[in-house]
Amino acid sequence: MYDTSYHRASSVDEAVNLRSSHDEGRYLSGGMTLIATMKQRLAAPSDLIDLRHIPALKGISVEGRRVRIGAATSHAEVAASSALRAVCPAISDLASMIGDPHVRHMGTIGGSVANDDPAADYPAAVLGLGATVITDRREIAADDFFTGMFETALDEGEMITAIAFDAPDKAGYAKFRNPASRYAITGVFVAKTGSGVRVAVTGAGSNGVFRHAGMEAALSTSWVPESVASVSVDASALMSDLHATAEYRANLVRVMAKRAVASAG
Amino acid sequence: MGVEGIGARVARKEDKRFLTGKGRYTDDMVVPGMKFAYFVRSPHAHARITGIDASAAKAMPGVIDVLDGKQLQADGIGNLICGWMIHSKDGSPMKMGAWRPLAVDTVRYVGDAVAIVVADSAAEARDASEAVVVDYEELPVVTTSLAALEAGAPQIHPEAPGNLIFDWQIGDPAATDKAISEAAHVTEIEILNNRLSPNPMEPRATLGIYDSAEDHFTCYTTSQNPHVARLVMSAFYNVAPENKLRVIAPDVGGGFGSKIYIYPEEIVCLWASKKTSVPVKWTSDRTEAFLTDAHGRDHVSKVKMAFDKDHRIIGLKVDTIANLGAYMSLFSSAVPTYLYATLLSGQYAIPAIHANVRTVYTNTVPVDAYRGAGRPEATYLLERTMEVAARELGVSPAELRRKNFIRSFPYQTPVIMNYDAGDYEASLNAAMEAADWNGFPARRAEAERRGKKRGIGMSCYIEACGIAPSQAVGSLGAGVGLWESAEVRVNAVGTIEVLTGSHSHGQGHETTFAQLVADRLGVPIASVNIVHGDTDKVQMGMGTYGSRSGAVGMSAIVKALDKVEMKAKKIAAHLMEADESDIVIENGELKVAGTDKTLPWFQVALAAYTAHNLPAGMEPGLKESAFYDPSNFTFPAGCYIAEVEIDPETGKTDIIQFVAADDFGNIINPLIVEGQVHGGLAQGIGQALLEEVRYDEATGQILTASYMDYAMPRADDLPSFTLSHQNTPCPGNPLGIKGCGEAGAIGSPPALINAITDAIGHDRLTMPATPLKVWTALQDAPTRLAAE
Repeated sequence: MYDTSYHRASSVDEAVNLRSSHDEGRYLSGGMTLIATMKQRLAAPSDLIDLRHIPALKGISVEGRRVRIGAATSHAEVAASSALRAVCPAISDLASMIGDPHVRHMGTIGGSVANDDPAADYPAAVLGLGATVITDRREIAADDFFTGMFETALDEGEMITAIAFDAPDKAGYAKFRNPASRYAITGVFVAKTGSGVRVAVTGAGSNGVFRHAGMEAALSTSWVPESVASVSVDASALMSDLHATAEYRANLVRVMAKRAVASAG
Repeated sequence: MGVEGIGARVARKEDKRFLTGKGRYTDDMVVPGMKFAYFVRSPHAHARITGIDASAAKAMPGVIDVLDGKQLQADGIGNLICGWMIHSKDGSPMKMGAWRPLAVDTVRYVGDAVAIVVADSAAEARDASEAVVVDYEELPVVTTSLAALEAGAPQIHPEAPGNLIFDWQIGDPAATDKAISEAAHVTEIEILNNRLSPNPMEPRATLGIYDSAEDHFTCYTTSQNPHVARLVMSAFYNVAPENKLRVIAPDVGGGFGSKIYIYPEEIVCLWASKKTSVPVKWTSDRTEAFLTDAHGRDHVSKVKMAFDKDHRIIGLKVDTIANLGAYMSLFSSAVPTYLYATLLSGQYAIPAIHANVRTVYTNTVPVDAYRGAGRPEATYLLERTMEVAARELGVSPAELRRKNFIRSFPYQTPVIMNYDAGDYEASLNAAMEAADWNGFPARRAEAERRGKKRGIGMSCYIEACGIAPSQAVGSLGAGVGLWESAEVRVNAVGTIEVLTGSHSHGQGHETTFAQLVADRLGVPIASVNIVHGDTDKVQMGMGTYGSRSGAVGMSAIVKALDKVEMKAKKIAAHLMEADESDIVIENGELKVAGTDKTLPWFQVALAAYTAHNLPAGMEPGLKESAFYDPSNFTFPAGCYIAEVEIDPETGKTDIIQFVAADDFGNIINPLIVEGQVHGGLAQGIGQALLEEVRYDEATGQILTASYMDYAMPRADDLPSFTLSHQNTPCPGNPLGIKGCGEAGAIGSPPALINAITDAIGHDRLTMPATPLKVWTALQDAPTRLAAE
């Protein structure tokens, strides 16, 4: 790791100000990607602005069907929240499947969404739920937020403060893990919401998380696992790597979608 | 057996310090004035070095010096060696290219060391390493053994035209060809054995300390055999004469073979310590471990197995190409020859065998012994072939094996080995019963109803352990003898130190070796200390690998204990005025048989050291040493059965059960033996399902240089293992021990692949059987009914 300066922010304003005064600075949340990348000397931020001690970024609120998860809320907290589980068990289940216990107690939803790793789980949930990404300066619809692998609509220095969504009628998530990293080779989040069915796929797309219109249409017609089993998935838009070919991922998109619908009930 | 003697399930003495973080590893060592090294390594798989400019790096904060290969060469430090001479079938010696500890003119794999930076801190050394400017002229690259042998392939070493190191054979080609031509059935198969990275929990590390006042070097290092390291560094690398070089391998966190070898870093840090006048420590990070620890396996083989009309094997022909990487590592030439082809008879009576082995250079990490070393390759080849043959012949795989088992001992194979004892059918029967083999069809049908594909497969392995009779291995090209040494030092009040040339890096020697002493002398294991790993403390020894510490290392202790016991009995007889032949040792006392006369052990020890009243002419003291040279290899064998269930939608394999029935001969500590089997099985399952080093064939970049892409087995990849032991004691050593360290890794891969191919209905599958590969294989039409 190269030398870096550590700052602990106690408020959103302080964090944003610190960030704007350090051109080569980075926000640090759980650090589950950033610290590992820095240790590999693949990232060298001059300053780290730690967001984990800002009270406004923490906690989960459920008011009626409206859910708000603070950006610095850990995966373990999302997995364990009974209020959240009561209205949207799918996102708690998803959080309980991220990484390992260490990762789940350090990693945060804001960090994961901002990083937009193409194999991360949360982008599928945020896109699948049609959630709103709330930042220090605006609100961004999930459909506009994820713009490519490790790329989002966030401006330089812009910080996620919360993720908000209306609890869906039904939702489910299923993923197939990479045998080495245990990241999603393919993960599919399905949701039946007031504004329609949404199907979001992570881990598979060559341009990051994406929605699958064919599956959404099929599930809108009939919300049963069999509906997605025969939907065609275009392999040409999917990644190929050591662990999975595009054809295999196309198969997994169908299989995981089917299992996600089954888990949603 | 006493509560702590031979056969007792004693918890490991050493675990308290390991589990409480009190182990003392090389990286824990701190000496005054110690500085830190970082190696500048080649980012290219094959390139000419046209210039090295370290001036900017030398000016960086904390930097003491930057040293390169030309300086090392100018100081007369020698090249790394391969310690086992193999001759090609035309009689020519193997063609060894130069492996310089720091590359001088050419780099041959990604990670090849080019220069060493020494600085006040590890971070400063690493920072400065990035400022060392090395000019490279890139050369064409070849990473696979098949491509390396093609005409026009990039030439890696001038000494080895066409990249061929040797073209060696064993067995009788004419008799084997004749058997194949006369066979009622010939099974032909191509076998790939995947390349593995060893991944011990503790990465390699070394601390080189030069004392200018004494002109003496101390080397702390992560070694399985510190005396061999000292010998090689003295005799071949000109680091220092043996009496001026102390090598210490303290606690070592796993080796699996990868810490047998002498690597460039030990040599360079010792040399750099003298050059810079400071102690120099280097600790590998995990990326460097992937890039530089010797890899294992990487064989490509073609097999023909010939059967008569009664399904008896009448001949076996094997053609293997082994990838040895960019340089010949210390025992790399022995692994695909005498540790591999000599085991091709397996558990079967095969009248004619011929194996041809070619070894080649490629632009990859050097390949050497990795848990099992040659024997897993032989077992996988043979047991996959047996399974395919059974399927082709339409007979039960168990019955085909049973029909061909060797049943009388000693048995001379056509490929050197002389099996001394075994009962292969006992292990087969035990495994089949434990696995409820006959109940499998019902379990398969039940799985089918749930949409899953079940398969069952077996593997009957044999290995040669207790490495090895010195004269025999010498005649086969080994540069060393493979005996072991021990010294038993009884202290004045009866506590005991055992100095052993074996080295424990996870095997539990501090417990099992103490159990042997406890068994012989009736003392508690708490009063016995095992001393190992320091060339200044321990007499010359050969170290630990090849499942040899029990069969060879403990046999040396037995010999030393025999001498101690004889002298103690003489003293006791003298003190109790009895005849020496009437003295027996029981429960920590020396007794005159048939009387009530006894002397506690400690009084006899004290008498030996006070020397006030010893038999006439006897020297004071109670300390004896011994060297033990085995008369033969030992031959652990067994039968493993895997039952798997495949999710056809994803290709994921779940291991439903794994049964291991092993014959290790006599067992000192069943708890430790079971741990060794569990660990071996995990590694074998890793090879079968998960692990593979992959290279980009165009650039020679390693694609699996982290745990993000190299899949290690985790607890949830493994079932609870079902173990049992059969016992035909080894007649060749005093304890009847065969060895257990490698069996799990040797026997398990074919059992799993036989089970998976049983489930998917055809044999077109290579290791590792990842979900991707199994799903892809399932898209192929089955060539036989899975229910066959």
